[in-house]
Amino acid sequence: MPKDSGIGASPKRREDVRFLTGAGKYTDDINIYGQTYVHFLRADVAHATINSIDTSAAAAMPGVVQIFTGADFEAVGGIPCGWQVTDRFGEPMQEPRHPVIAHGTIRHVGEIVAAVVGETLAQARDAAEAIVLDLTEKPAVVDMKAAAADGSTKVHDDLTSNICYDWGFVEENRDAVDQAIKDAAHVTTLELVNNRLVANPMEPRVAVGEYSRSDDMHTLHTTSQNPHVIRLLMGAFVLGIPEHKLRVVAPDVGGGFGTKIFHYAEEAFCTFAAKAVNRPVKWTSTRSEAFMSDAHGRDHVTKIELAMDADNNFTAVRTETYANMGAYLSTFASSVPTWLHGTLMAGNYKTPLIYVNVKAMFTNTVPVDAYRGAGRPEATFQLERVIDKAARERGVDPIALRRQNFVTEFPYATPVAVEYDTGDYEATMAKLEEIADIGGFAARRAESEKNGKLRGLGVNCYIEACGIAPSNLVGQLGARAGLYDAATVRVNATGSISVMVGAHSHGQGHETSFPQVISEMIGIPEDQIDIVHGDTSKIPFGMGTYGSRSLAVCGSAMVRAAEKVINKAKKIAAHLLEASDADIELKDGQFSVAGTDKSVAWGDVTLAAYVPHNYPLEDIEPGLEETAFYDPANFTYPAGAYACEVEVDPDTGKVTIERFSAADDFGNVINPMIVSGQVHGGIAQGVGQALLENCAYDEDGQLISASYMDYAMPRADDLPFYSVDHSCQTPCTHNPLGVKGCGEAGAIGSPPSVVNAVIDALQSGGKNVTHIDMPMSPSRVWEAMNNA
Amino acid sequence: MASVSMTVNGREVSGDVEGRTLLSSFLRDDLRLTGTHVGCDTSQCGACVVHVNGAAVKACTMFAVEADGAEVATIEGEANADGSLSVIQQAFQDHHGLQCGFCTPGMVMSAAALLKENPTPTEAEIREYLEGNICRCTGYHNIVKAIMAASGQDVAAIAAE
Repeated sequence: MPKDSGIGASPKRREDVRFLTGAGKYTDDINIYGQTYVHFLRADVAHATINSIDTSAAAAMPGVVQIFTGADFEAVGGIPCGWQVTDRFGEPMQEPRHPVIAHGTIRHVGEIVAAVVGETLAQARDAAEAIVLDLTEKPAVVDMKAAAADGSTKVHDDLTSNICYDWGFVEENRDAVDQAIKDAAHVTTLELVNNRLVANPMEPRVAVGEYSRSDDMHTLHTTSQNPHVIRLLMGAFVLGIPEHKLRVVAPDVGGGFGTKIFHYAEEAFCTFAAKAVNRPVKWTSTRSEAFMSDAHGRDHVTKIELAMDADNNFTAVRTETYANMGAYLSTFASSVPTWLHGTLMAGNYKTPLIYVNVKAMFTNTVPVDAYRGAGRPEATFQLERVIDKAARERGVDPIALRRQNFVTEFPYATPVAVEYDTGDYEATMAKLEEIADIGGFAARRAESEKNGKLRGLGVNCYIEACGIAPSNLVGQLGARAGLYDAATVRVNATGSISVMVGAHSHGQGHETSFPQVISEMIGIPEDQIDIVHGDTSKIPFGMGTYGSRSLAVCGSAMVRAAEKVINKAKKIAAHLLEASDADIELKDGQFSVAGTDKSVAWGDVTLAAYVPHNYPLEDIEPGLEETAFYDPANFTYPAGAYACEVEVDPDTGKVTIERFSAADDFGNVINPMIVSGQVHGGIAQGVGQALLENCAYDEDGQLISASYMDYAMPRADDLPFYSVDHSCQTPCTHNPLGVKGCGEAGAIGSPPSVVNAVIDALQSGGKNVTHIDMPMSPSRVWEAMNNA
Repeated sequence: MASVSMTVNGREVSGDVEGRTLLSSFLRDDLRLTGTHVGCDTSQCGACVVHVNGAAVKACTMFAVEADGAEVATIEGEANADGSLSVIQQAFQDHHGLQCGFCTPGMVMSAAALLKENPTPTEAEIREYLEGNICRCTGYHNIVKAIMAASGQDVAAIAAE
């Protein structure tokens, strides 16, 4: 019988009540007495020298409080990058200054050129129109391969080229991989594009800066997945505000998907300007601004080669990727195509030799950084596409080819520097065959054909590295931060509990799932436990929510803190029960002495901790509150197998998703309902990438998909009901809950199966189409069919 | 500036607005009814859906002065009189039809309008009706399921929680 509380149950989400009644508190719902509004004048050209900015007419407009330009930010730091990558020659990446406001040069459409602070937003906007810019336009660098060529216009004149780094991994294997490919019985080659995307959380970014003269305290309310990271980056590197004088609050946040990890210029501006004008300063992004200022995602151009022996065993993989950085390095930009991508290139397979080359390019486009999956979808896509192509070239079943090459023994050290602790890829594939009814596909195809449609089945596997990350390891790899997390378990006198966690919940349901863990450990009802997050003044510290890390890392810190609390409570209970600590057991909220009927309730022990009249004061302090920091020993490795069935209309090229199935292994699962929901949403984003979404620039660097009129977001009628399963569970071996993380899997695992399905459909119709780049719009599919 | 008066969630309200003030701004900024969200500038996302004289309207696409004299209903008025969740709200919670919650007010208001005109919509009818409401979190699976459940349909056979 399913549990109704604790680990493995699916209680209804408590946060839903406020969201369903309009009582959510998002950043744009915050209004502070005396606040002003900022409107940013943004570049409408991709690359230009700023000769002059005349703000005099604008400054005289009604309601203008102050106008800022790049000159006002000369004395503050640039926006930092959090990861230094070392190239294949041992040199550090090229790292240009990233100004809060453009100074001297514009490098992408949407870059802030001036900021008008006004009494009302309308007045600030009106005044911005009166600012006179004198610009000399320069050629825009847009195409990555052209950007790499000798003699290309440079995005940054002070750098030696547009190449941020040329990374090789594992560089020592380069020659051996070349040789293995030369010696192979068969090599399958595929060139593909991983299309540029925009994360598009439904809540646009917002920042409200405040400054208190009475205590020299800065407060920033912002739409962030990691308020402590923002405090650290903005305080230490940009504005020079010591951390104890800077509070960052991220209240309810309307989705993140990676794009709200990063520290943005608008946050630094509002914090800086609030002190300068001595009033709160508020910025609310429009959706069009979001398209040209939120960090974009993906945008890789890749050639991959898969070598096999005569028996179709994989012998080597070699890839060459151009990865777009945009005009500046966003917070984690440099790590995405390298350590989050190259290390996953083994996939679920025991390929012995792998070499990954990545050239990260500066272009006159919006910075590119992590978007749901971040590097891992790019790795999965190319690997699972080339395997599908290889199966067709060799005339073997694509599932059988995968099975033949699965890693089957764990732990498994890949040739790309990571060690998978657990997994069972055969189990998830078998589960997929069951839930996707792959046996029934032939009949469904025949039915589609009767209706004049082509039907295709696409399958793929995926693996990802989550639970980011062991600090000592990532430090060696260039991370400029530790990647642990922290939690404080505060037990109140009457026994209720507040848990202050570093992870931020912006859709993941932590306020419901984290109490399930504490409830399981202590045996008190979940409604006695509250989660506090999103405010640097309330929580001990936290690296935040990204990389499917919240439960695996912050949840582990919470467990460790709760264990400390329980240990101390047992000592108090032992005193009250006149027994030895070692004999005390805690079950269902009761402490008892083993082998006796003597017991004391949780609430009596917690009360004793705060009213210590009968208390072992000589041995332990009063109070019941503990903090733990948890630094993971390894990444976690969720994995699974996905299947997509499509129908293609041969007359129009329109692709319809008929069925989508996902069999995942997330290790132990705390709340199955929430986990399924995470997978559903990830699948929709992956299908969106495969069929609909494309962030497009023209050759002048003009962003031509800057609204929902031009950027095709997946809608309800683009998608079917999904079939998801996470009953295959190989628990993580190195964290206390045995959990792996589930937030990104859907987005990582779904794009290849959609493309594989479309290729399968077209080939079933006699079309010799071996690849179509995403998004597979009707015109692209139709063109591919008719050129085949 | 123009004076406007309307009934919002059964309460008489009035205010002075500029001609360009959108209904969404009037609700959010003047009345502090911040449950109505603004997620785009092109009338695409549907986070701002409210009911005006009983019809679902994107509040970012209507001037406040156009709603002068109208009956407006927002998410803040959707719960039952005793404060308990309405059937639709409860179905969204029961079936995990929301994650970050930002699109949710618009989704609920659209769902309410749909069920008024079509009390037992099919899956396809729901998906088509929600064409003007974008959700980035749920992949729509549980939203569609919740609306079917709210209309009294048996959703037990639909996969997963």
